[in-house]
Amino acid sequence: MAKLNMVQAINLGLTQEMANDNDVIILGEDVGVDGGVFRVTDGLLDTYGDTRVLDTPLAESAIVGSSIGMALAGLKPVAEMQFSGFSYLAIHQMEGNAARFRSRSQGVWTCPMVLRMPYGGGVRALEHHSESREVLWAHNPGLKVVIPSSPRNARALIVAAIRDPDPVVFMEPKHSYRAFKEEVPEDEEVMPIGKAQVVQEGTDVTLISWGATQRMALKAAKAVGEETGKSIEIIDLLTISPMDTETIVASVKKTGRCVVAQEAVKSFGPASEIIARLNDHALMYLEAPVARVTGYDVVTPNFIREKMYMPTVERIGNALRETLEF
Amino acid sequence: MPRKTIAEFKLEYLQILDETGNLDAKLEPKLDDAHLLEIYRYMTLAREGDKRMLNLQRQGRIGTFGPSTGQEAIAVTTALAMNDEDWLVGAFRELGARLVRGETLLGNLLLYNGCEEGNAVLPAEKRVLPISIIIATQNLQAVGLGYAMKYKGDKGAVVSIMGDGATSEGDFHEALNFASVWRTPVVFISQNNQWAISVPRDKQMNSRTIAQKGFAYDMPCIQVDGNDALAMHVAVTEALERAHAGEGPTFIEAVTYRLMMHTTADDPRKYRSEAEENEWWEKEPLKRFRAYLEQKGLWDDQREDTLHAEIKAQIDADVKEFESRTDFKPDAPFDYVYADDHPEIEAQRAEFLKVTGREAKRG
Repeated sequence: MAKLNMVQAINLGLTQEMANDNDVIILGEDVGVDGGVFRVTDGLLDTYGDTRVLDTPLAESAIVGSSIGMALAGLKPVAEMQFSGFSYLAIHQMEGNAARFRSRSQGVWTCPMVLRMPYGGGVRALEHHSESREVLWAHNPGLKVVIPSSPRNARALIVAAIRDPDPVVFMEPKHSYRAFKEEVPEDEEVMPIGKAQVVQEGTDVTLISWGATQRMALKAAKAVGEETGKSIEIIDLLTISPMDTETIVASVKKTGRCVVAQEAVKSFGPASEIIARLNDHALMYLEAPVARVTGYDVVTPNFIREKMYMPTVERIGNALRETLEF
Repeated sequence: MPRKTIAEFKLEYLQILDETGNLDAKLEPKLDDAHLLEIYRYMTLAREGDKRMLNLQRQGRIGTFGPSTGQEAIAVTTALAMNDEDWLVGAFRELGARLVRGETLLGNLLLYNGCEEGNAVLPAEKRVLPISIIIATQNLQAVGLGYAMKYKGDKGAVVSIMGDGATSEGDFHEALNFASVWRTPVVFISQNNQWAISVPRDKQMNSRTIAQKGFAYDMPCIQVDGNDALAMHVAVTEALERAHAGEGPTFIEAVTYRLMMHTTADDPRKYRSEAEENEWWEKEPLKRFRAYLEQKGLWDDQREDTLHAEIKAQIDADVKEFESRTDFKPDAPFDYVYADDHPEIEAQRAEFLKVTGREAKRG
């Protein structure tokens, strides 16, 4: 057991899966010699060589499109998009091919690959480097979308993503890359894709979030819990799609109140989907409207204004108080 | 500080059997009679398959499809030059290649009648990817397959077929670049049939040839008369030999003509003349290849009649089988979203079955 940050934890997962399985191939821009611009793939080139860790030419569609070909031939490519903002140059390969091969051929062809990408704001970056557009991927049946929130679950989920028989978009909250460390076991640890995690049990309100927002949720819940004496249940969604309706619904049936906090812009986001599912399955249990704390429906501002446009501990705390008092 | 030429590129054109049936004996490949007869048989099968599918489409018995009439030499000679361990990655206008590799007209009829079952007829071991409708994206799958072959020490090479319009797409250029950098065993073939739906080649690009686009990636490239089965055989065989020997990718421009519509949903009279089509009918691949076989004493009217009777019987059987298929599982799409079951998908399946009253047919 060592204390690792998220970068080191994902690196550990990749290193161990490459050792376990010669079919695992890493490819992307600057992933080899440079170890990735965030160093997530650091050291892999030295350990596994340049036939398994490929510094590719600069072309996102080709990175994804060739990964699909590798997967069809039985390899397990783990492709990196340097930033999620660059991945849209490859979205047609994911929507048009990766997501569809199983269905298109009724299972004759499958596409087990992982598309990793750092996403999200708060790191004072240039334009295109700060968005949270998980719904663009989640809207495609056939793709799985996973977002870890901590070093330990990032490691356990990257292993699950590599072993998954279907294409997985693995979105890494870059704000959390080096924000904190956590004990991560050296021995293999795998978490199931498609399952949310109840990270704190409670009875008065359910607080749902994922990615970097999860840490804000924990802080807000602690403050509001201490201040009000209320018992707050906290859910870390972990998989955006396919979404774990069961865990969410069971929790809200118990608490009768719910707040969803997402970094993504407000409209058409995962929070909207969560609320729709609560409407389907838990409406009669609700004591208050389900609250959303989200980004605003604007193009992500450059970093001088950026933080004002993101969820904060205060905004989440206020939503909790209002929902509890309703 | 001189100004000087630092690179020159020379592009070859290859034609062995011209449209009037003249043969360049020096360039004639040494193919055994059986191979020559296979080329003719599959070209005829593809042509007749198109005719029947067009007929069925016009009667509303299948949906939209893209005929490959006029382009049979490219598909058929390519597939017959490939080994079993080679991969075929196509677009949707290479029916002849698919038939050579083991697809049947049945699979195509199912597919073009809106059934995914048509893409599930051939097992993965046959190494034929389903059609790619989005233009040019398949070239990148070909590069990935090629990388996997190289990585695994597999003997297979990959043939990736596209149209002329595909070479305007970014994915085409990205694929050639990646294939060149990785030296993957891929043979890229652009079927230049002069038209991308309604847009003629001279509006599609200002390049003198399509083949020259390979020069940008320092890849061997050649322009071939795509209606000349012998020239196509030679070009593809040379490219596959390079691929199999670990010498990397090749780009072939196969000059041909789409004698029919883009798909059955379009009308060529809107954008091109009958006179132009008639000119190209004079250059189509079957006629000259039959003349070549006749000159070699391998073909005559009686053999032609026998072949057509065989093909008609084969197509009749496929159509009969196709029309007898009514066993489509209504909820099959729910089976293939993910490998594993998921509660949300299963809940929606249950709702679907309830809404459509299909419980009884489940499973």
